Amino acid sequence: MALLQIAEPGQSAMPHKHRLAVGIDLGTTNSLVATVRNGIAVCLTDEQGRALLPSLVHYRDNDIELGFDAMNARVSDPRNTIVSVKRFMGRGLADVAHIEAMPYIFEETPGMLRLRTAQGSKSPVEISAEILRVLRKRAEASLGGELTGAVVTVPAYFDDAQRQATRDAARLAGLHVLRLLNEPTAAAVAYGLDNTSEGVYAVFDLGGGTFDLSILKLTRGVFEVLATNGDTALGGDDFDHRLYCWALDHARIAPPSAEDARRLQMAARAVKELLTVSEEAPFRLRLDSGEEVDLTVTRTDFFEMTRPLVQKTLVPVKRALRDAGLSPRDVKGVVMVGGATRMPHIQRTVAEYFGQEPLTNLDPDKVVALGAAMQANALAGNRREDDQWLLLDVIPLSLGLETMGGLSEKIIPRNATLPVARAQEFTTFKDGQTAMSFHIVQGERELVSDCRSLARFELRGIPPMAAGAARIRVTFQVDADGLLSVSALETSTGVEASIHVKPSYGLTDDEIAAMLRSGLENADGDQAARALREQRVEAERILEACTQALAADGDLLDEAERTAIDALIARLRKLTAGHDAATLSEGVNTLSRATEDFAARRMNRTLRSALTGHNIDEL
Amino acid sequence: MSITLTERAARHVGNFIDKRGKGFGIRLGVKTSGCSGMAYKLEFVDQALDDDLVFDSHGVKVVIDRKSLAYLNGTELDYVREGLNEGFKFNNPNAKNQCGCGESFNV
Ligand SMILES: Nc1ncnc2c1ncn2[C@@H]1O[C@H](COP(=O)(O)OP(=O)(O)OP(=O)(O)O)[C@@H](O)[C@H]1O
Ligand SMILES: [Mg+2]
Repeated sequence: MALLQIAEPGQSAMPHKHRLAVGIDLGTTNSLVATVRNGIAVCLTDEQGRALLPSLVHYRDNDIELGFDAMNARVSDPRNTIVSVKRFMGRGLADVAHIEAMPYIFEETPGMLRLRTAQGSKSPVEISAEILRVLRKRAEASLGGELTGAVVTVPAYFDDAQRQATRDAARLAGLHVLRLLNEPTAAAVAYGLDNTSEGVYAVFDLGGGTFDLSILKLTRGVFEVLATNGDTALGGDDFDHRLYCWALDHARIAPPSAEDARRLQMAARAVKELLTVSEEAPFRLRLDSGEEVDLTVTRTDFFEMTRPLVQKTLVPVKRALRDAGLSPRDVKGVVMVGGATRMPHIQRTVAEYFGQEPLTNLDPDKVVALGAAMQANALAGNRREDDQWLLLDVIPLSLGLETMGGLSEKIIPRNATLPVARAQEFTTFKDGQTAMSFHIVQGERELVSDCRSLARFELRGIPPMAAGAARIRVTFQVDADGLLSVSALETSTGVEASIHVKPSYGLTDDEIAAMLRSGLENADGDQAARALREQRVEAERILEACTQALAADGDLLDEAERTAIDALIARLRKLTAGHDAATLSEGVNTLSRATEDFAARRMNRTLRSALTGHNIDEL
Repeated sequence: MSITLTERAARHVGNFIDKRGKGFGIRLGVKTSGCSGMAYKLEFVDQALDDDLVFDSHGVKVVIDRKSLAYLNGTELDYVREGLNEGFKFNNPNAKNQCGCGESFNV
């Protein structure tokens, strides 16, 4: 049963027509789903009331464990328990750091790597889709209906291949992606910066394993990413590790077994989190070895031992500001994101560096998902008329073509506002040249070899002309998600070629279609059947209602009207036996429209009888 | 004639209005939705209209237009949790057959 939410004035949806939209933060360590309910963005929780879903997938022989359920498998079955899959999205083996230290069996496939698991070879897209599917189901259970769409967030520095991979994963999970949104932009939206303020903002995101710093500039609803920087190996985990080492030093115990080490690490994390709220914390546990650790950590100790880590966060901050040509004073506000920014000494250091208190009143684990939900709500059309805002993102890395000499000619510069289209003319360089090949690259560097190769395609059938005579217009177009298509047109003859850039990471459209199909074969993923089932229920409901209405108040209709409605009822009856959800839905809508006037007449009759015997003052 | 909120519903409404940052109260109403009858309407109100009646229930202003009141008189609005789902529920004594969905009804 759909429970009702309070809509904005004039925005309440017709029954069964709610536009349920969610925002999803697909994180390296944790993922979340949020929605706007009763006008407020909230994170949706699981049955145990937990909003965070650890981004962990454990492939067992016959099934999959996910999230909190997969935590223990990290130790017991590391090879089949995929952590931090986000680091592999849209990446080849050569792109991933410290691959040798990971417990997985990697497979080298063109473009994107794959992992061999107990359930066969899996691409990072499929693994991420498992996480997204759980979030989708959670949202559907919480909102009581099928989702209209989702906004999924990505780090600002994600390139085309990584964005495309994220989008594919969402599609595979049965989500309709309304928009991919940069994480720092989502955080800024959650703080309402999009409709109140203009200026430069810094987003400081210290998560479990990674640190991202983005400098955003906001002008009239357009967020421009001026600079991003970060450290992919700096996060809350490193603070745990410092405490762990400190405990080993002070507890005078033998080098711990793997199991004991994990216990100590978990204890360290708990101590770290406790020190956020209290001045001291006990570091106390009994190990398998029989030894006891019984220590007390004060805040001062902890701050002292982790000072180098805190200082380390300032390095990317300084670099990003330098790249943007700004000083700390130019920054109007600092948004804190990521659980680890709860630590008081992080907040203090940031405050000192920027000369102002950072924004911390929203839950730092949740801000990205909350902002994404607000954006999804707006894109799904649930905002009130006077409050339509348009949020624009910009392209993170320049897009260009390879030209003579292996140089990259930039067609769309980074920070162009999306969506964007730019064209440039090229010509042939040989007499009689009838074909031209294009190599699309992404990146800021001059040499093509330093940029990321996105795609290649050819324009054939150019009529033979003298070198330099052909006019070939190449158009780059990037849609609101930051995804690219490129076309080339020889203007004198109209010969044309184009390509939707599926970045060269190995998944073709056919493969995705096949993956989608195989997903559908699993009963729960069967969306078509579900849509049909729902439309049938809807049809039966309206048929039932109409029959009753006609029996009660049929006299309100003249003969022609009655015949028309009867015919539509008969038609809809026939359609319910069919198997096409779309026709059925059309039949329901037609009948519903055709009976609107009848319903209004009935309403008036009831109203009159309700009013009889009352005088209007009583009302 | 009256419309009431359960205490729990009133608490949630108050909370939502606070977080929204503005709002006079909430509007309950009905609109026709084809043959399937009437659909419930639940919206924030920034300003009551001339034709509106305003009730007070546990400190919350409940706004309703005269036409809708005929269908909703005696209704109690509750806030319930069902599994993961939570939201408002109309307990409407005038409703003859609720569609199982809770969003629409017949009189
Ligand atoms: N109260 C707290 N005090 C200190 N640290 C905390 C607190 N709560 C959570 N953390 C830390 O925050 C980190 C997790 O942050 P978060 O959930 O934002 O990560 P994530 O966004 O999934 O990771 P990443 O940014 O690497 O993708 C963990 O190291 C956790 O210990
Ligand atoms: Mg994060």
